[in-house]
Order: sequence, then structure tokens, then C-alpha cells
Amino acid sequence: MRDALRARPASRRSRAWVGLLPFFLFSFMFLLLPITFLVIGSFQDGQGQLTVRNYADIASTPYIINAFHSSIEISLVTAIGGGIFGFLLAYAVILGGLPGFLRTALMTFSGVASNFAGVPLALAFIFTLGQIGLVTGFLKTYLGIDLWGGGFSLYSKIGVELVYMYFQFPLMVLIIAPAIDGLKRDWREAAENMGASSFQYWRYVALPILMPSLLGTVILLFGNAFGAQATVYQLTGGTIPIVTVIIGAQISGDVLHNEGLGYAMAMGMVAIMGIVITIYTWLQRRSEKWLR
Amino acid sequence: MTFLALKGVQKHFGGFRAVEDFNLDVERGEFVSFLGPSGCGKTTTLRMIAGFELPTNGTVEVDGVDITYRPPNKRNVGMVFQSYALFPNMTVAENIGFGLKVRKLPAAAIRKRVDELLELINLGGKETRYPYQLSGGMQQRVALARALAIEPQVLLLDEPLSALDAKIRISLRNEIRSIQRQLGITTVYVTHDQEEALSLSDRVVVMSEGRIEQVGTPFEIYNFPRTSLVARFVGTLNVLTARVVDAAAGRVEVDGQTIRTAGPIAGAQTGDMVTIALRPEIMSLDEGAAGANQLRGSIDDITFLGAVVRIRIRLAGDGVGAGGGGANAGGAGGGAGTVVFDTFNNPHLAVPQRGGSVTLSFPPEACLLLEQSSAAAAPDPVAEEILAG
Amino acid sequence: MTGPGFGMRTPGALQSVLEAKPRKGRRQRGSIWAWVVFVAGFLYFFLPLVATFEFSLRAKPFLAAYTNSLKDPQFFSSLAFSFVIGVLTIVVSIMLIVPTAYWVRLRVPRLRPYVEFITLLPFVVPPVILVFGLIRTYGHPPLPLTNTTLGGHALLVAAYVVLSLPYMYRAVDTGLRAIDVRSLTEAAQSLGAGWLTILWRVIFPNLRVALLSGAFLTLAIVIGEYTIANFLAQPAFGPYLSLLGNNRAYEPAAVSLISFGLTWTAMGMISFLGRGARGKVQLVGTH
Repeated sequence: MRDALRARPASRRSRAWVGLLPFFLFSFMFLLLPITFLVIGSFQDGQGQLTVRNYADIASTPYIINAFHSSIEISLVTAIGGGIFGFLLAYAVILGGLPGFLRTALMTFSGVASNFAGVPLALAFIFTLGQIGLVTGFLKTYLGIDLWGGGFSLYSKIGVELVYMYFQFPLMVLIIAPAIDGLKRDWREAAENMGASSFQYWRYVALPILMPSLLGTVILLFGNAFGAQATVYQLTGGTIPIVTVIIGAQISGDVLHNEGLGYAMAMGMVAIMGIVITIYTWLQRRSEKWLR
Repeated sequence: MTFLALKGVQKHFGGFRAVEDFNLDVERGEFVSFLGPSGCGKTTTLRMIAGFELPTNGTVEVDGVDITYRPPNKRNVGMVFQSYALFPNMTVAENIGFGLKVRKLPAAAIRKRVDELLELINLGGKETRYPYQLSGGMQQRVALARALAIEPQVLLLDEPLSALDAKIRISLRNEIRSIQRQLGITTVYVTHDQEEALSLSDRVVVMSEGRIEQVGTPFEIYNFPRTSLVARFVGTLNVLTARVVDAAAGRVEVDGQTIRTAGPIAGAQTGDMVTIALRPEIMSLDEGAAGANQLRGSIDDITFLGAVVRIRIRLAGDGVGAGGGGANAGGAGGGAGTVVFDTFNNPHLAVPQRGGSVTLSFPPEACLLLEQSSAAAAPDPVAEEILAG
Repeated sequence: MTGPGFGMRTPGALQSVLEAKPRKGRRQRGSIWAWVVFVAGFLYFFLPLVATFEFSLRAKPFLAAYTNSLKDPQFFSSLAFSFVIGVLTIVVSIMLIVPTAYWVRLRVPRLRPYVEFITLLPFVVPPVILVFGLIRTYGHPPLPLTNTTLGGHALLVAAYVVLSLPYMYRAVDTGLRAIDVRSLTEAAQSLGAGWLTILWRVIFPNLRVALLSGAFLTLAIVIGEYTIANFLAQPAFGPYLSLLGNNRAYEPAAVSLISFGLTWTAMGMISFLGRGARGKVQLVGTH
């Protein structure tokens, strides 16, 4: 009798995980298994033998090294550029003394713009800054500035960076706005009360408090750009070989002439994204602890 | 000698009059509390002393110097916030030393001063902790030390204890008072807790709707409230409406029973309605001494409050006077025609039965005649809420 | 001589005017700076849209880009396809995530770190890598999903559900935190409700806002998605638009604007739903 009473909750507890079976099954089939497949493939040679050769080959293939270099460069530039601009924008509407409705407007714009990407975004920029784009034409006709004649190309790294900025800075606005909201008026007043100038308040209080959020968000923007494929593919058709574009080409038709090398490249990408997300999560926790 | 002076200070936010004609002289080393319900302008007044708000009119002077328009970071006035407002990115020591750091003092001097203050607030050894690692009480002590670090001319505290637990509130209250005495610093303390204001202050300023209701020592404020608002806000009080029977002799009629006030009722005619206040602890359940006032009634309810037993008595009269309701609705009695009476608890207390008839007695001097409040005559809903709670 | 009142007031008032000026001036300078930044952001946001619109109008006769696009049967078939896929994705995602998040919160909190780790993985695995793995895993026996039409559609939905995991799980979990799941469940149980009834009648209705926000975000992402649909060779809107962009002049501008309008509508619905408390819907699309 006593055992029966005790056994029931115990057995219920041990079976509770069954409720998560559909979720684990799904993630295993469509997330973990495919990744595992790539991981295993990256450690196999053409004959299916175990090897680390593929990873060594990444380092000795200038084409791939270049691609990683370009990907990182574009992601870094747009993350920092978009991060700074996005922060200024969020700060302007929240604390810059602009009318309140602009804040609502900016947040809605940002929600849209951070999701307006890929093919239509690339097309929109071609119509704007392409050889016959609206802004290109305007600058030439009215201001006498010949963008393309002056060496600009939308289909270059700079062009790609300009396009990426379109979804980067709105994402910064969305993520950093709550952190700026978290700056309490009392902190500013306490600082002033103790004799701090506006500059000293920013130098010693506001910026250090925002720093984890700022860094974390910039890192997230980096990952956001690093994983992008559709936008740059539509824009340049593969003339700028970044990692995602090469992997795309590898999926369609083994352009690297080595299946294993493609898998290793994919793993390299996953590793970089993993580092990005880890740092982001860590910084986010830290700032949450402060702003609680 | 006056150290902090507020002269004709007004603050309007658009059409809203937050503070009206505020005049106050605070002596050097004095501890003054602003007491009032939320929205009465006490925090706004404090913020004008700190420089976070500019008065619409009037001046703020410290030690004879007009600082009305001086920016807050040039004032040398220390402030402790309700929310503590500790900088989350700095340790306890960095927080306390902040004001000295922005004054570009050498590190050694800062270090020395921080150690002194840590000693003062009994937080030695906690200097490397971050605010989120401290309890609310510790955080507020750090905030106090931080405000004192710059050796301010005036210390301002804006409801510093209201976010804390009842027990810590009382111990920190005593600590604040002893530190204030030790340093002899001129202090202005804002609170909506009458017990805090009475126990801490040299003088209390009771405010309502942007105006000063009464300024006085805690003793004066408690025993001789000038208006019904002060009477109701400070302590528990029976507020009764009475009809004047004989103004010169100070005789009035409450609920059909005639009682005497301490003296003549100036400027009143027979038949006028006046407001009188009775402290619940001043009455007794017996016939009283010769010449004592007596009120008869029946026991409505008995509440056991620990050290005190509170007895609500329904007056036995015909419903005239106090029975009119209205004016005494805000008093401790709550209902119309009722009076609340407090007696100390003791193991041998003969607790009367509910429904039993009793006679309450009190001396004529205990009847306080109240002026009409300088603010609106209607009871403040916020004040009601606080009294209820 | 003037009375003391006058003498006292005038300097104060004068000083207040003199002092107020620099203060106000400082705030206005700040405003100018803020306005410049805002206008720059505004231009960055709208110029490409204006340019696209202007470009679409260059087609002759007037509005030909739009009439041609709307006459193209592929436009509607691809849009309808993406819409249906989006709805299926939402349904599967909700059916999978709500019971899971609920169960984790209520019965197996010790498994929370594992579940959270999995829901964060799609951030680490970009769409191009995910589809790479999916094709290599399901491109051959034992489960050759990519070889059949239905299998391809199913794989597409599965991939989109994976993409939606991070923000859907977070939205639902935040929503569950806001309501007291345990008390609601115990109250429902004491009234005789079974698990399905509890989920359907108690938990789902309380998560309405979170779920709808997540749903619209999923729709916005799925409708324009290119990478996964393209590599799985699906007749979706993204690949259609890409093809159009490579082959036609003005129609892509028209269709881009329509696609933008759809994103705008979905986001508008989210901010409409989330007025006040906008859960923690992470807005990260696929680029």
C-alpha cells in the first residue's frame, strides 16, 4: 500500500519526458541529423575513410580563405556601421527630444526593414543605386556626381555592404531600444547631483551600462550578415565569392570538386556562428543582471 | 540661523499647480520632513532644491547664496533616491567615490574618504560588491554614503525607505537619524509615512495639493493639528461634526449629546457646524474625572491590535451632529456616528462585550477645534487610501 | 521705490529668462542632431522603395509592370504556394512548440536547458547550411524526400518550422511566463479537464497574442524566402521573384513592391497585436 502510493508520483515523473518526444523527434530529424550528416561528411574523404584532410584543405585553398575573409569583412563592416547608425537612431528617437510618434514610427519601420531582405531588397537597391537607378540618375543630373563613373559599383563589396546596412541598422534599433529605455532617469540625476558633467555621465555611467548590450547586438548583427545568402546572390550572381554563396554553388554542383571540403566549409561557418551566439548570450545575461 | 531658505517658491506644470507659494526656513543642522499624500508637491519641492526642476517663481537659498538657477551638478547638495539609483556597473566603493572622482580628487584621497564612509554605514568589507549583490537596505545605505561623500551642504532624501521591508525600514530610519546627528548636516526628508516623519524630524512640514498645511515640531503636529487634513493625516483621529450650542462657553452638541471644548469657539454662532477632533487614546471607558465630557453609546466592534485594543463605539444619540456623516467619514471611526477608542492591552483587561452599552469620557482639553483646510475642504482621496492602509 | 515684492520677483524672473535660454538652446541643438540622424534613417529606409516604385512606372504603357505581373499565372501560383506553405509552417510550429514549452514549464523543467539549446541552434545554422544538410540527408534512401513532390513540400515546411523555432519558442515561453501556468492547469484539472482540453481551452487562448505575433512573423519570412525554397527546387514566391529579376526589366520592381507590401502588412499586424506588451518576438529574417 505504502509502496504503491510512493510509486505513482515517481513513475509519473520518470515518464514525463515522453511529452517532449514529438519535439525531440522533430529536431532530431530536421536539425540534428542534417548537421550530423555534414559533420561526418567533413571528416570523410572521397572513399568514405576517416580524415581531417578537409579541414587542412580549407587552410590551403586561397579561394576558400578569401571567401571567409570577404564574409567576415562584409559582416564586420555592416555590423559596426549598422550598429553605430542604429544606436544613434534609437537614441535620437528615445532620448533626443524628438516627438513621441516618431519613436512608434521608427520601431514599426525597423520591424519591417529588418525583415525586408533577400531578393526584393537586392532588386530595390539595383533600382536605387544601379547604373540606371533613381539616386544614381539624380546625383548625375542635378549634382553632377557620376557615381559609377567615379568607380562605385553596387555589385562590389561596398555595394553589398550598403545593401546589408538596410536590414542591419533596423535590427540594431529593435534590439538596443529596450536597453536605452533601461537607462534610468535617476542615474542621470544622481550623477548630476554628485557634480558630474553630461560628458562624465556618459563616460562613467551610461556607456559602461550600455556596453554589454551594444557589443552583444553588434555581434548578433555580425552573425546576421554572416549567414545571409539570398541578397548577395541576387545582387552579384556569385561574382563576389562569400562563404554562403560558395556553399550554395557547392549544393547545386560540387564546384569545389570535393564533397568533404564543402562539408568542412559549412562546419567552419557553423563554428563561427556558434562563437557569435555564445558571446551574444553571455553579454546579454550580463546586461540583464545589471538592468534588472 | 537660517541655512536653507525657500522663498515664495511656485512650480506650475502647464496649467497644473504642483507647488504654490512655498516659504520655509531651515536651520543649520536641522532635520525637516515634508509629509503628505502622493501628488502633494513634496517631491517637486525637493527636486527644486536639488536643481532638477526650475521653480516657476521664487528663490532657493543655501547659506545666503541664491542657487535657484544653478545647474544641479554645481550645487553641492546630496540626494538619496527612492530607487537608490546606484550605478549598476560600479562596485560599492566606486559608487561612493563617484562624486569625488568627477571632482578629480587623487585616488588616495578618494580611497580614504570611501573607507570612512563605509565605516559610517557599517558596510566595511563590502566595497568590491556590485549593487545587484546587495539587499535593498544595504543598497540604500550605499546610496546614503554616496550622497554624503561629496560633503554636501544639504542632504535630501526622497522617500528613501519606501521600497524596503517594515523591519529594515525602522532600523535604517534610526541609522539615518544617528548619522545625521553625528554629521550635523542640514537635512530635508520627503515621506508619506507619518510615523517616519514624526519619529525622525526636528520639524515636520505637512503638505497637501501643493500647499503647506502646517509646520511644526512632531509634538505640535500630533497634539495640536491645525486643520482636519493634518489631523487625519497624522495619526489616527476621530473627526466629528458638532453643532454649536453656546460659542462663548465652548459647548457643542455631538449626536444629541452635549460636550464642552477647551475654550470659547471664536467667530461661531449658535447652530453653526464645527469640526472637532478626538485622539482615540485620550479617552477612557469610565465616568471620568469631575467636569469630564461624556458620550454614551454601544460597542460596535473590537479589534485586537497587539499592544493596543481598538474599540469602535456607535453613539447612542439621535443622529444629529456626528450622525450627519460626511465630515467624520475620513476619521478613524469610519462610519457615521461612531467613535474609535484605543486602550492599552494587558492580560487583566476586561474586554467589554459587543453590543454592550458604555460611557466614554475625556477632558474638554482633548477636543481639538479644527480650521477648514487651506486646500480643498473635501477629504483627499489619496489620503483616505493611506489612512485605510 | 518699488515694493519688496516687485523687487524680489523681477530679478528672479529676468534671471529665469536669461537662464532658460541656454538650456532651451542646448536641447534644441540636441534636437537638430537627432533630426539629422532621423532624416538620414528615413531616407535610407524609403529611397529604395521610392526608387523601386519610380522604376516600376517607367514601363509603358502606364502601370504595364503591374498589369503584366498580375496577368502572369506563375505570379499567383507561386504566391499561393508560399502562402499555403507559410500557413502549414505556422500550424506545425504551434502544434509542436506550445505543448513542448508548456510541458517543460510544468513537468520537466530539468530538460529546459536542452530544449532551449535546440531552439537556439537555428541561429547558429544559417538557412544555406540547413538546406545543405537536409538535401544530403534526404536526397537518398532510406528517406528520399527530395525525390517526390510531396516529400519536397514536406521538407520545405520542416525547414521553415526549424527557422521559426527560436522566436516561436521565445514568444510562447514569454507568454507562458506571463500567465500562471501551474495554477491555471490545476484549476482546470480540479474542474475535471483533461490535458487536451487544458491545452486547447485554457493555454492556447491565453497565448493568443504571442502566437499571432509569431505567426505573422513566420508568414513574413516564409513568403519571401529564397535560399531554402530555391535549393529544394520548390515553386515558391522567392525563386519566382529571383527568376523574374534576372529576365525582365520592370515587372520585378512591381512584384518587389507587392512583396514589400506583404511584409509590411504582416509586421503591421504584429505591432497592432503587440501594442503595450510586445512579447519578446525576435525579429530576425532570412537574408
